[in-house]
Amino acid sequence: MSGHSKILPSEITPEPVYRGRREFLASVAGVGALAAAPAAFAQQVMSVTLVEQLRYQRNARYSTAEKSNSFAEITGYNNFYEFGTGKDDPAENAHRLRTRPWSVVIDGECEKPGRLALEDLMKPHPLEERIYRLRCVEAWSMVIPWIGFPLASVIQRFQPTSRAKFIEFTTLHDPKQMPGQRYAVLDWPYVEGLRMDEAMHPLAILAVGLYGKVLPNQNGAPLRLVVPWKYGFKSIKSIVRIRFTERMPATSWALSAPREYGFFANVNPEVDHPRWSQKSERRIGSGNLLSRQPTLKFNGYADEVAGLYRGMDLARNF
Amino acid sequence: MIKADTLTRRVFKPLVFLLCLLPAAWLVAGIANWPPASLGANPVETIQDTLGIWGLRLLLATLAVTPLRELGGWPRVLAFRRMLGLYAFFYIALHFLFYLFVDQASDWRQLLADVVKRPYITAGFTALLLLIPLALTSTRRAMRRLGRRWQKLHRLVYVAVVLGCVHFWWQVKADIREPVVYAAITAVLLGWRLQHYWRRRAARTDGSGPARLAGQPPAEA
Repeated sequence: MSGHSKILPSEITPEPVYRGRREFLASVAGVGALAAAPAAFAQQVMSVTLVEQLRYQRNARYSTAEKSNSFAEITGYNNFYEFGTGKDDPAENAHRLRTRPWSVVIDGECEKPGRLALEDLMKPHPLEERIYRLRCVEAWSMVIPWIGFPLASVIQRFQPTSRAKFIEFTTLHDPKQMPGQRYAVLDWPYVEGLRMDEAMHPLAILAVGLYGKVLPNQNGAPLRLVVPWKYGFKSIKSIVRIRFTERMPATSWALSAPREYGFFANVNPEVDHPRWSQKSERRIGSGNLLSRQPTLKFNGYADEVAGLYRGMDLARNF
Repeated sequence: MIKADTLTRRVFKPLVFLLCLLPAAWLVAGIANWPPASLGANPVETIQDTLGIWGLRLLLATLAVTPLRELGGWPRVLAFRRMLGLYAFFYIALHFLFYLFVDQASDWRQLLADVVKRPYITAGFTALLLLIPLALTSTRRAMRRLGRRWQKLHRLVYVAVVLGCVHFWWQVKADIREPVVYAAITAVLLGWRLQHYWRRRAARTDGSGPARLAGQPPAEA
């Protein structure tokens, strides 16, 4: 930076002040829109939700130093088949999803099952920012600053019994809000799962935001799983049910094409998808069209998670 | 009065020529970032898919020429067939070159591995290989030199279009709606030819078929 353009400390708006301004602007936008057409109003409500700031602390230990993708990339290029199978369909259609009120059913092999409002589910957990790599099974990747809390601390609250060997998550099923569910592209509702030891791993989080703001709908609002060492499809979105089970859950992609998608779905450059190579990936937004980068085992989280799979044949348990 | 022939040659052909160039022009503009970010977050994927789908669309357009001429009673449509076919080849060749030099960053070893190991790439690559002799023999001179064999050779396009559909179908993850549409159009276009062929053969063998069919030249590719 040249000497002339240096920003004086006195010029920087303190965070509480700009937050206040944003909230003020958002509320003004909301009031102004009341007079406008209903569609425009819905749009405004959306943007009001989007600017909602979250209080959080960065977890440096579990964050990568790599450059995060832009907000536009993260919210404009999504696989979320509930809103359509095109990459830009979720950004276009996800405004139909109502994320408030939202509740989550917790049941199965646990001492304290129940239905919790999202607020009550979140309440005891301080929010953390975790900048994670995301590797899609389609061989592209991003870096995303999630806001969330460890899945393990949520699990402990419900006291799973000794019979709880797996945890199963289910996405909302409502074709009115999720127009992609009108077509049986997958067997709705979407179901994903983890082995209990995977779920208890400190890298596994439930996310409620990104870039410091409430999660945009197309990214799985209001509550989604993030398991950074597995292919993106394991990180289920818009969760309405968490169930502890004794048996391995039947998960959506594994049901859809068992030869191509396994239950574990750990990122692994040594095990190709039957139809394409997983050796390398294209980092979205890297600027250079020619650049592919090598894919890392467990998406670069091998030091943390490889121990979970000791002695397992990862080519068979793909 | 302008003759219909002149109109086709002077107006419609240049117009179709420019229309066929539009997808490529959109991609070139997108690469130059105009309008900004038109190619989306994953431009490589957008370019690759756009080149491929226009290759398939133009291949189908080429195959629609003969049925249109016969059913629609629109003989002059034949004048567009070569242009459409060559444009199809243009997009499919670019689709392949882009895959090799950009997506795989000139990794020939990976290309060879893909062609052998990935059935959808085997299908697509075979389709491209089949189209090369057709593009090379698309000149009037080659047509004259090859005579009746030209037509036989150019029936390879039927195989290529089926392989193109397979190539598309085999790479979607779960949503097969779009490839199904292309496969259905292909089935209609090839089905029409098969039916045409049977009727003509029946007419030829029992001699009682309609004179219109019996008197016709062999089916166009």
